[in-house]
Amino acid sequence: MTPTEELNSLMNWMFSEGLLDQQFQQLQMLQDASNPDFVSEVITLFCKDSEIILAELTKLLRDQPVVDFQKVDAYVHQLKGSSSSVGANNVKLACIHFRQFYEENNKEGCFSSLNAMEREYFRLKDKLGTMLQLEQRIQAYESSKHN
Amino acid sequence: MDDAYSRNLHRASLSYENRKHEKGRGDANEHVRREGKDAAGAICCDCQPCACSGDSGFDISLPERAISTRSVWFQETFAEYTTRTAFERRLLNGVTYAQRVIHADRELFENQQGWTIKSMERKPSPIQDEYAAVIYSQETVSHIESLDMMSGEEYRRNILRARATGKVVLTRPFRLLKSNHLGVVLTFPVYLSDLPVDAIAEERVKATSGYIGGAFDVESLVENLLHQLAGSQEIVMNVYDVTNSCEPLVLYGVHSPDDHMSSLHISMLDFGDPFKKHQMNCRYRNKPPVSLSSITTPTGIFVILMLVGYIGYAAWSHYVNAKEDFQKMEELKRKAEAADVAKSQVSFFGYCIQITMRRYQLIFFLFQQFLAMVSHEIRTPMNGVLGMLNMLLDTELNLTQKDCAQTAQICGRALIAIINEVLDCAKIEEGKLEIEFVPFDLRSVLDDVISLFSVKSREKGIELAVYVSDRVPTILVGDPRRFKQIVTNLIGNSIKFTKRGHIFVQVHLVEDAHILDTKVENGLNGYANEANITSVNAVFNTLSGLEVADSRNTKCLELQLCDGESLLGTLENGSAPECMTNQVNLMVSIEDTGVGIPPCAHDRVFTPFMQADSSTSRNYGGTGIGLSISKCLVELMGGKISFSSKPHVGSTFTFTVVFQRHGKGAGADRERSLLEVLPTCFRGMRVTLVDRQPVRSTITKYHLQRLSMITEDARTINEALYLLSGQYDHSISSHRGKLPSILLIEKDSWDPKVDIHIQNDLLKWKKAISVHDSPKVVLLSTTESDKTRAWPHVDTVIVKPLRASTIATCFQQMLGIGRAQNKDTLNSSSFLHGLLDGKNILIVDDNKVNLRVAAAALKKYGAKVECVESGKSALSLLQPPHKFHACFMDIQMPEMNGFQVTREIRRMESSVASEEAHIEEGPMKVKWRIPILAMTADVIQATYEQCVKCDMDGYVSKPFEEAQLCNAVAKFLVSQPILGS
Repeated sequence: MTPTEELNSLMNWMFSEGLLDQQFQQLQMLQDASNPDFVSEVITLFCKDSEIILAELTKLLRDQPVVDFQKVDAYVHQLKGSSSSVGANNVKLACIHFRQFYEENNKEGCFSSLNAMEREYFRLKDKLGTMLQLEQRIQAYESSKHN
Repeated sequence: MDDAYSRNLHRASLSYENRKHEKGRGDANEHVRREGKDAAGAICCDCQPCACSGDSGFDISLPERAISTRSVWFQETFAEYTTRTAFERRLLNGVTYAQRVIHADRELFENQQGWTIKSMERKPSPIQDEYAAVIYSQETVSHIESLDMMSGEEYRRNILRARATGKVVLTRPFRLLKSNHLGVVLTFPVYLSDLPVDAIAEERVKATSGYIGGAFDVESLVENLLHQLAGSQEIVMNVYDVTNSCEPLVLYGVHSPDDHMSSLHISMLDFGDPFKKHQMNCRYRNKPPVSLSSITTPTGIFVILMLVGYIGYAAWSHYVNAKEDFQKMEELKRKAEAADVAKSQVSFFGYCIQITMRRYQLIFFLFQQFLAMVSHEIRTPMNGVLGMLNMLLDTELNLTQKDCAQTAQICGRALIAIINEVLDCAKIEEGKLEIEFVPFDLRSVLDDVISLFSVKSREKGIELAVYVSDRVPTILVGDPRRFKQIVTNLIGNSIKFTKRGHIFVQVHLVEDAHILDTKVENGLNGYANEANITSVNAVFNTLSGLEVADSRNTKCLELQLCDGESLLGTLENGSAPECMTNQVNLMVSIEDTGVGIPPCAHDRVFTPFMQADSSTSRNYGGTGIGLSISKCLVELMGGKISFSSKPHVGSTFTFTVVFQRHGKGAGADRERSLLEVLPTCFRGMRVTLVDRQPVRSTITKYHLQRLSMITEDARTINEALYLLSGQYDHSISSHRGKLPSILLIEKDSWDPKVDIHIQNDLLKWKKAISVHDSPKVVLLSTTESDKTRAWPHVDTVIVKPLRASTIATCFQQMLGIGRAQNKDTLNSSSFLHGLLDGKNILIVDDNKVNLRVAAAALKKYGAKVECVESGKSALSLLQPPHKFHACFMDIQMPEMNGFQVTREIRRMESSVASEEAHIEEGPMKVKWRIPILAMTADVIQATYEQCVKCDMDGYVSKPFEEAQLCNAVAKFLVSQPILGS
């Protein structure tokens, strides 16, 4: 399989699995000559952001004797915002799911949703990493062809 | 070396023997003992309860009850069951059940089974005392069905022994039927009644109902299990049946006369049958090897012997399984039989219904799940289709093409809407549905709904029309999608059941309707009289002239038109407080002349999945879900739904709904952007309308009025011509060069005889004025086919349903004007580009990812974007006079949220503005008031209200959607002078 084919099948898989939604396609459309690394920039930003949030949430839920659900709300909201911006559908859904638990101040529920959210996030991150690598390979290949 | 080897071998086998026979010596012994030997005993004890199977419904022993059809059925069940569970009895090549038949019962039995008992030679069996006829068999051994197992010597002995002992018995090895392989047959008795453990042989024989038989194919059995051994070059192994010690029978292995004697080791095997003795002999094939193998081989032999021991165990454990299977099978049969029995049929029927109901629920659930899943898949390509249609509509199209494209677009949108609606249904059931509060134009929403049904109404030739009272404000705040959904459902319902006549949607203020009610009460007599007369005449004062279920609606319209001034006067006095409350209470009625709802079904109308009667869905289709959704939605929007219906006359559904008046601060600019973009080029044009039906003409006038046209109505063509001639006589002198007037004629007023009149008049005018200026004749029709017909003197035909934009397009085409104005269609990215190009925009969002994406999206349209991550930094940048054209503000931010920031900005603006107001006016005011748009992920009522409250200019959803962004931006950028240009 050529890198291009590989990338295509990876992307199709990610869309079919709900890892990404059409918002991601919107992102890809925003990338052009004037903005060549837009997608990877946004992904990096998203990953950095998400990991901070996940770490904070873990801290809030695991280390604190009394959980500050308002803070949890703020973090989950932020993650929901950024995941919907990049089109990380499953992460977004996990955030929405999370909400019902902190609304009812259910620590156990929060914990299990946090785990689910982490799982979804790392699954996505892994695939996005592969995707970016493939894109780099394709780019390198194409530029070598041009030169 | 020889000695050592044989010693080892001997020791190994001895230890195995010890384990087998010497009981109770330690755990290991105990364990193996249970595994190896006593397994048989254990099973036999377990067999006892099984023998009572006759009681538990397994009635095969009672020939009276065994009818032949059931027997066939049992055979199928048995065959299938045994085949499916065959993997549990890999060593048995087939299981059969033979019934014990006493000779006296033979004839009855044979009649019932439909075959005669045969002997092993497959000849009708000679007379015997009793038979063991195989009635059920696994497919692999189906060849023995109907055979009398007692006729075979080995089998007979086995059967007698089995039923006398109540234990499992094995035959000596003999050639099996058909396969001719050497095999051992296993027989197990089935008793009618429970027997005590110590029952004597006679009791057992008496209680015997039949026998379960199975055949071990020894060759393949040993082959399988002792494959390793069998393949060995070193050792030859034979298994003998030594029950008769003088004449050992070879069960396995090649027999040679001296083999038996020259065996190096002989060990006894116990397969569980106390009457059979089995023996395994091992010997060297060649000279014992003189190598390392002398150490490894004994180990191997030990393993082999363990394996051999395991054969017995495996055989028995498989037998146990077989027995359990049989019990299960019996249970199965019992259940099946219970279902079969007539007396339990009722409960069975109920069970079926329950199952079916559950299945429907499941299907509905799955259907929703499925839709939720595919909705995305459908939406994506549909968006492509819609996008292309949008582009197509931007190009120059003729009337037909435009109509087609518009219809296609609307239908596509409807498809997406339908998916959402079904999902809504699920949401309503879960109580998760939220009502939006956004400004919208009710009239254009209703026009869109009407367009949805245009194809259907044209096909049926039904008059489909909308009328919105003038007293309903242009812009309302509420949930247009839900409102549209309700009306769509109701019209869809009406159109399904209407074959002729009309469907008429009216929107009035609730107050107007109430006043009408009081008026009707006052003038009760008059109306009653009218009804009496009209019911005979069969021409009613309705849209299509047909009778309707609820004549109040038409009256409402009538009153408002004829009695307009006085009504208005009353209303203004009466409804003053209503205006103060900012609420708009609307009454929407959908009136049809369809089949009506039979009175008996009235109370089921709003029940989901219920239709008037079962034939309804057959004749008209549909799921019956629409009305119940509508009811839910109406109630969610603070209204009530009701209907009145007369069979064969029609139904009128009426609902009330509460909307908000649009905010007071709203400028005219913003309102305009919400309005459907109707061309303004017809302002002041004169139209003469010929229509016999006053109600219908009202609707036409309503649409023409929306195009700012002046309408004169006439009842007949002659009257119209008279009016026209007056107009033209006048225009020849003074109106030259102005737009020609239009003669709009309803098709049913069109009379071929009139052609001549028109022709004469037209000719007269054409002589007097230029062809271009002569009046145009437009025919209004309800059927598509009229469009293609050639009408003399008619310039164009408009097919109903009417909507303002259709009329406009038609007139533009006919008159060849207004193309330029029509270009200003919204919803395209080029339009957005035009709006945003070069604009300075500030985005405020604490989420870096969102910020980055939003910035990129706006940059795509050419905007110059600046980003800040907090409300505080936004404040420092947003000091008036503003250098930005607009600001997109996230709402949920730490420290200062979007609302607080906006409030602060507005405060600063007003303080500056009050100082500078006298200097800067008009176009430059943007410097002092920046448009702020909220960015929010979920648009709900509360958000919108708060947006308005802190003087934000609108909101966009996050992530940006082109159309929405476009609408939001257009609100303030279109009418805004570009700063510094």
